[in-house]
This record gives sequence, structure tokens and C-alpha cells, in this order.
Amino acid sequence: MSSLSTRHKVELIAAGFISLFFIVIFPLLNAHGMVSDFTINLWGKYLCYALLAISVDLLWGYTGLLSLGQALFFSLGGYMMGMYLMRMIGDLGQYHKPIPDFLVFLGWTELPKFWKPFSSFPFAFSLILLLPGLLALVFGFLAFRSRIKGVYFSILTQALTYGASLMFFRNDMLMGGNNGFTDFKFILGHDLRSATTQRGLFIVTAIVLLLVYTSLRLLSHTKFGLVQRAIRDGENRVLFSGYATAHFKLFIFVIAALIASIGGALYVPQVGIINPSEMTPDKSLEAVVWCAVGGRGTLVGPIIGAISINSLKSWASRAAPDYWLVILGGLFVVVVLLLPGGIVSIPARLKSLWQRVTRQPSA
Amino acid sequence: MNNKYMLTVEDVSKTYDGFKAITDLTFYLFEGELRTVIGPNGAGKSTFFDLITGRAKPDKGKIEFGFDTDLTELNEYEINRLGVGRKFQTPSVFTEHTVFNNLVLSLKGSRGVFASIFKRHSSTDRDRIDELLKLIRLDGKRDWKAGQLAHGEKQWLEIGMLLAQDPKILLVDEPAAGMTDEETHRTGELLISLAGKHSIIVIEHDMTFVKQIARDGQVTVLHQGSVLCEGKFDAVQSNPKVREVYLGRGKSNK
Ligand SMILES: Nc1ncnc2c1ncn2[C@@H]1O[C@H](COP(=O)(O)OP(=O)(O)OP(=O)(O)O)[C@@H](O)[C@H]1O
Ligand SMILES: [Mg+2]
Repeated sequence: MSSLSTRHKVELIAAGFISLFFIVIFPLLNAHGMVSDFTINLWGKYLCYALLAISVDLLWGYTGLLSLGQALFFSLGGYMMGMYLMRMIGDLGQYHKPIPDFLVFLGWTELPKFWKPFSSFPFAFSLILLLPGLLALVFGFLAFRSRIKGVYFSILTQALTYGASLMFFRNDMLMGGNNGFTDFKFILGHDLRSATTQRGLFIVTAIVLLLVYTSLRLLSHTKFGLVQRAIRDGENRVLFSGYATAHFKLFIFVIAALIASIGGALYVPQVGIINPSEMTPDKSLEAVVWCAVGGRGTLVGPIIGAISINSLKSWASRAAPDYWLVILGGLFVVVVLLLPGGIVSIPARLKSLWQRVTRQPSA
Repeated sequence: MNNKYMLTVEDVSKTYDGFKAITDLTFYLFEGELRTVIGPNGAGKSTFFDLITGRAKPDKGKIEFGFDTDLTELNEYEINRLGVGRKFQTPSVFTEHTVFNNLVLSLKGSRGVFASIFKRHSSTDRDRIDELLKLIRLDGKRDWKAGQLAHGEKQWLEIGMLLAQDPKILLVDEPAAGMTDEETHRTGELLISLAGKHSIIVIEHDMTFVKQIARDGQVTVLHQGSVLCEGKFDAVQSNPKVREVYLGRGKSNK
């Protein structure tokens, strides 16, 4: 609320440099062949995960609401984008029909009604915001009005995600069943298989992440941010100070759903596939681990966590594919027990360690 | 002091799983009054505050603010917005926020989601906070995290937060717990100075403190969820029924 502290000034300047690197330099290096297409695509995926992680942390780290439903919102955004991308395949699919292959396979000859408007990008884009937003609004309204808290809230969001994934696994939902959507060809007239398009998507993702980061940083300095963290530390006092805490939580829940959804919508064209396995509670839990490892209750933490753990995962899935979950679980335990502040707390820890070491001789 | 009721509590009962925490309680608070409530542990004093502030709903009975506002129909934040502020028995401050920001959050003003996003401090807000910080003697620790304060300082901060809300009724649950004698005395003086402008109910165990703030005002003794007796401090203290209730508990139990 008061002017920015030095720590935050340093953070903002660092964020500025890092964004410059990701938005300008990294893509330029790629355009000149110094960074491979594979690498930039991989980083695009990491940045989408960073959006998911931020959405988890906004709820968990800043408000004390451990939502296991963020993978659902992420996937819903992905599916809305996927529907548009499926329509953009046109008749270039395996069956050379004007409707998506899986529908042909299910015996459809015409497009189901609810699929029709998805040929329009603006429509798909509005649904990327509207569908998860409305779902979060209704679910959050019911949950917060009934004062569902703590573990019950986590279980409920997990159940919601699980229920939704079961629905999406069904073929008669007409959303591609367990195969989901894939084999995309074009986005807004650009060929998804070309390096230029993928580079463009990477840049857009980096810009979106920067915007989300900056807005949330500003929000955290308002009175709203104070109320949010106060709810985390003692909701009763907030309630008895005249704040309708349920309204605040609902607002945050909707914002977090939108951030996750946008992340998912950017993820799908870069990864080239969306299926219900992205929607499971495990995926939400993974994002929780990213936050914890990076540093919960900070904005940089989830970004660092998402990037570092997924880099590790990329490496481990080649080097030791069977042990990935063990590694992830072990990492979580180690961080929770030994480094509760996550990776972002390392500099401060080293500093205090250094001070202790340098003070020792004189003591 | 005029004779307007600030708070009307009539025939209120509350049971928890068959346990009668409050039984047929009737209680009136006048505008500007400073009322002290005493009673042994488990008498239902904090539960009485729970019922007024909407934390618990009575099984039966009437609780009204002023003349006609039925508090039993409202929830915690609505009751607070009407002008009922509460200090909890265990200090409840925002431990991760600075002392200053604890007061920012408590300051009277709009409580809406969007209002809080666009809220900017005015210089009057700042002045008011400075004034409160001096009053609760925490101006040297304004940038401390509230969680780092000593127990007594937290109590004061919470009183400051209450005052920042500028409520009509202050419900103060055991403000002197964890304070030194000197701090306790100053807390008493503060509460006395607030009476008149605010209507105040103070729950307390420390008899020296009760004597200090009750002066010649009314003291209410709660026992097993109802009013055992009501009267001036000396009368209450020499009342045999009260002595019986407190028997073997010493005179100034905490
Ligand atoms: N939410 C609740 N659920 C169950 N029992 C409760 C609840 N609140 C209060 N009680 C019971 O009601 C009785 C009165 O409790 P209360 O906290 O009001 O006492 P008190 O007079 O404030 O005591 P103390 O001086 O120890 O603070 C106690 O026996 C308590 O166990
Ligand atoms: Mg009590």
C-alpha cells in the first residue's frame, strides 16, 4: 500500500529484463537458428504451465484456498481452443469430411449444433473466458456461501474435476472421448506446423504471462491484496471487520479460473493435443507441487517452480521414465520439510547463513 | 447519558448439543454506557458475544440493535457494518500484516470487493491511523508484523482496530489478559475515556481492573448462562450468591 519496497523494485526490474529476454531475444535467437524450434516450443509449454501455477498460488498461497480444480479450468480453456482448431482442420482430416474425424467415426454426417459457432475465433475466445468463468462463479458461489473451507474445499474441487474428466472421457459427450482433439492444422490462417507460427504463439504466451504477473503484482499492493492475505491468515477477523469474505473469495476464484483457462487455451496449439487426462485431479496436484517448490505465496515462485520442475520432468522422462512420480513426490517432501519457502527463499536463507558465518569469529 | 437502549437482549437461549450455554438471558445496554460483565469460566460470557455478533444464532429470544434492528437475522459482517465491533478473547490480529496495515484494513469505510481494488489512502486516513497508533502506543512499531508483537501489544492493536472501525457498540472480551498491571491500568483508562461516545461491554476476570472501569456503573454477573445479579461493583462483590459462585477461586482470578 505504501510505496513499493526495495525488494519489489528489484523484482520488477528483474521481471522487466527476463520478459525482454523471453519476448524479444529468445524468439530472435530462434529465428536465427541459435535456439531450436523444439526448445522454443518446450518453453512455450512451460510458460503455459506457469500460468496454471500462478492460478493455483493466487488461491492457495495468497488466499489460503487449496483448489484442486485448476487443471479443470486449464483444460476447459484448452478444449474451447481445441474446438476452434478442430474446425480449422476443415476437410483435411483422414476422412476428408467437413466435420472432425472423431465425429465421422461416431457416425455423424453433420456437425452437432453446439459445434457450429466454434468456426469463429472470437466465439471460441469468448467461451475460453465465459465457460470457466461461469463455472467458477456458480461453483464458488455455492461453496463459499455454505462456508466450505480447508480440506473440504480441496476435496470438493477435486470431485468437480474428477466428475468433469469422467464426462469428457465419454464419447457421447461429442468432445473426442479419451483421445480428445489432435492433428490441428491452422490457427487464424497460420500453419501450426510452421516454426514462425509456433514462435508467434510462444511470444503471445510470454506477453500474457507478463501481463498476468504485472496485474497481480499491482493487485497485491491494493487494499484488495491486503484483504486477500488477511483472509488467508485469519478469516474470522476479516469477517468481523465487516468484509464479506465470501465475495472476495469468489472474485479470486473466478480470476484464477480465467488465468488457468487462458493458459490452457495457449497450451493446446503449442502442444498439439488436448484430452481428458489433462483434466484429472493429479494434474492439479502437480501444479500444487510446482507452487510449493517454487515458493508459495509469491508470484515469482510458481513461475520458477513450473519451469524448473517441468524441465526436470522433460529430462527425467528420457533418463528415468519410471521414476518420475517418485522424484516428484520426493522433491515435494524435501521442500516442505527443509525449504518451506521454496526456491525463491534460497537467497534470503543463504544471506542469513552468510551473516551467521561471518559474525561467528567476533562472537 | 440518556436512557436510549443500544442493545436489547430478551429471553435468549442457546444450547450446544444439549448443553445449555445461555439460558433465558435478558440484558439491556444503554447508549454511552460502559458495562462490565463478570462470571466464572464457562459462564457463557463469550457465547453471549457470539450471539450478538452473529457468530452463533440463538435458539430463541430477541436480540436487537438500537430500537428495531433484529440482529438474529443478520450475519457477522452485516452486524459489524451496523456498528458492532468485537475484540476476541484470544487476540485476533492479522499476524502477517504490519501494524499499520492492520489498521488500514479496519478503518471505517467501504468494504466492497471493487472498492477495495481502487481504494487510495486519503491524508485524513493517514492522520487517523497516526492518531490511533499514538493512542495504542504502537507508533514506534507501525512497520512490525503484528505477529511479532507481545501478547499485550496485540491486545492493544486489536483495540485500536476496533476503534478504527468507529463502532457504536464495542464488545471487548478480556482485554487485560497478558498485560502488566501498568498496561492493564492504562487499558482501563482508555476504555473509560471511550464511554459516552461509544456503548461498551467489557468481559473481565481481573477484579482490580473491573473495579477500576466499573466505577459506579453497572456490573453484570453471568452464571451458567443467565444473569445471576446486576448492580454496582461493591454491591455485587458483597452479594452472597456471587461469593458462592466464585467460592474457592480467590478474588482476582485470571
Ligand atoms: N461453539 C461451541 N460449541 C460447543 N460448545 C460451546 C461453543 N461455544 C461455547 N460452548 C460452551 O459453552 C460454555 C460457555 O462458554 P463461553 O466461552 O461462553 O464461556 P466464558 O464465560 O467466555 O468462559 P471463559 O471465562 O473461560 O472465557 C462452555 O462450556 C463452552 O464449552
Ligand atoms: Mg470467554
